[in-house]
Amino acid sequence: MTILIDKNTKVVVQGITGHQGSYHTEAMKAYGTKIVAGVTPGKGGQEVHGIPVVDTIREAKEEYGATASIIFVPAPFTMDATFEAIEAELSPIVVITEHVPVKDEIKMIHAAKQKGLIVIGPNTPGVISPEESKMGIMPGHIFKKGKVGVISRSGTLTYEIASGLTNAGLGQSTAVGIGGDPVTGTNFIDILEMFKQDKETKAVVLIGEIGGNAEEQAAEYIKKEFDKPVVAFIAGKTAPPGKRMGHAGAIISGTAGTAKSKIEALEKAGVRVAAKPRDIAEIMREIL
Amino acid sequence: MKLFEYEAKQIFSQNGLPIPKGIVAKTPDEAEEAARAIGGPVVVKSQVLVGGRGKSGGIKFADTPEEAKKVAEQLLKMKIKGLPVEAVLVEQKLDVADEIYAGITVDRARRKYVAITSAEGGVNIEEVAATAPEKIIKREIPPEWGLLPYISREMAKAIGLKGKQINALSNFLSTLWKIADNYDAELIEINPLIITKDNKFYAADARLLIDDNSLFRHKSFEERLEKGTTELNERELEALEHDMSYVELDGDVGIIGNGAGLVMATLDAVSMYGGKPANFLDVGGGAEADRMEIAIRIVLSNPKTKVLFINILGGITKCDEMAKGIIAARDRVGIKKPMVIRLVGTNEEEGQKILKDAGIEVLTTLDDAAMKAVELAKAGE
Repeated sequence: MTILIDKNTKVVVQGITGHQGSYHTEAMKAYGTKIVAGVTPGKGGQEVHGIPVVDTIREAKEEYGATASIIFVPAPFTMDATFEAIEAELSPIVVITEHVPVKDEIKMIHAAKQKGLIVIGPNTPGVISPEESKMGIMPGHIFKKGKVGVISRSGTLTYEIASGLTNAGLGQSTAVGIGGDPVTGTNFIDILEMFKQDKETKAVVLIGEIGGNAEEQAAEYIKKEFDKPVVAFIAGKTAPPGKRMGHAGAIISGTAGTAKSKIEALEKAGVRVAAKPRDIAEIMREIL
Repeated sequence: MKLFEYEAKQIFSQNGLPIPKGIVAKTPDEAEEAARAIGGPVVVKSQVLVGGRGKSGGIKFADTPEEAKKVAEQLLKMKIKGLPVEAVLVEQKLDVADEIYAGITVDRARRKYVAITSAEGGVNIEEVAATAPEKIIKREIPPEWGLLPYISREMAKAIGLKGKQINALSNFLSTLWKIADNYDAELIEINPLIITKDNKFYAADARLLIDDNSLFRHKSFEERLEKGTTELNERELEALEHDMSYVELDGDVGIIGNGAGLVMATLDAVSMYGGKPANFLDVGGGAEADRMEIAIRIVLSNPKTKVLFINILGGITKCDEMAKGIIAARDRVGIKKPMVIRLVGTNEEEGQKILKDAGIEVLTTLDDAAMKAVELAKAGE
């Protein structure tokens, strides 16, 4: 089993005619993702890599049966695109776009929650259920179907760790990038709850970084309610306070959000925290 | 993006919030004139974009215009946490009865804006939160309706305000919310909010942080950020111009990578092996050769950099593009400092070949590369 997406997920690509949208549509299609339509307002009737383009999400849903959406539109238009997907009750809605204003994120995440829909991101590499479906921009070939669930706030660091799991013969059930912004549609706990229900997921890798307290909250949850082994890595041990380290959310505010606090909380919850990314696969192999 | 106190106060005032009478001065003479125009005792406050200036001696009192000139002279020579004081705000000294706190910020865990108030004003609010959390009153702002006045009236009651004071704080919070919403504030804060002996409320200080991601809606601030009248140095500005994340640190290993998490992990690896990173630079995803060239130029222009360490894990970024950028930088910028390169992922064979053919060694694991970079930095000491 996988979480969030599988080979039956029918995907619409919002912003399909843009540079990123078009490039990744081709890559996702090649990976096997069932892409049923793309949306670019005003360009309905065209085709992109053999995928029909329509003007509205309503058409993508009613005429092509889309059930989930991936969004590549530029940041100033992301809230509008997301609300369109929310109105059509698509889920998950994977928002790849970076630099979305936090005010917009708060509104769209709240609206999705009211309807019980799942938003992944913004500022995420997306979600991949290896050998089934990829809604994202990650290189598919480094992932392999397997038994480790992966949850991460970063992109390339996830690829580094995922390829370690693949090389160790463990593979991944589903890998989810929750996004690098301060406010995201799903957090660690939301995804841990899904992995808890998934029989094929035997263990979880949690990849966190400085900023906020989502890792500390995840640690609390793991201690109380999560019965599968978790291995973690936290990036930003040497980051100075008050500076944004690339991701909008990767910032130590005052004394809050340090790597030290996250590592301590996770270790207290019985999570093994790797010192280096490459140790993760080795620890996982010991456990499983 | 941070605004200066005087800029934030201007916005507050335009929105109807009472602020003390004040004038910005860039020279001691201007400060004297300002104090004379205001009349009576004044406060002279250095205008810098860092917190904690009071503790650093950046705020002084003066009873006469002559005294204001003298303290302004001292302040304008100061550096606060490394930043030069280029202007002071000369302000009417208020007759203080009480100091409270009011602010609005984003609560990451709740995924909502929150309004915050406390009877403990004029002190570091994070310290209050840590030592006496019961003194902080925090309420969520409903995303559909915004901060309704009944919420802020309840907050005012909870910190012990009475009678008309309740409406006064409620009005302040409503206005702060309006400004936060209009200006895409990440944080808006009045600390202290002064209650005078005649029971009037004033924003004695003002902090306003605008969400950088919202600057497309606030063109004037976007232009200002690009012009460099902010806290950024020239390397940070160049990186910003090219949409790369760059943070300067105080070590000597210059670091470039693709992806924020990976670059942070690279910094951590360098530190773990006993080295000190000179910077954080994320070239971003899907970068092409010219971006790598620019990144190298930025990192090498930091005089503290002794070793250049490039860590690329190609996903949507292609290794051959990165290799071409490195060669271009070597040929055009000139790389005289030792270089350590780890290059794996998409198109790694082509990329590694390009570098090897040019006589540049390529490593394949983060650990080996980090160790090598640290070793070279130490050898260069």
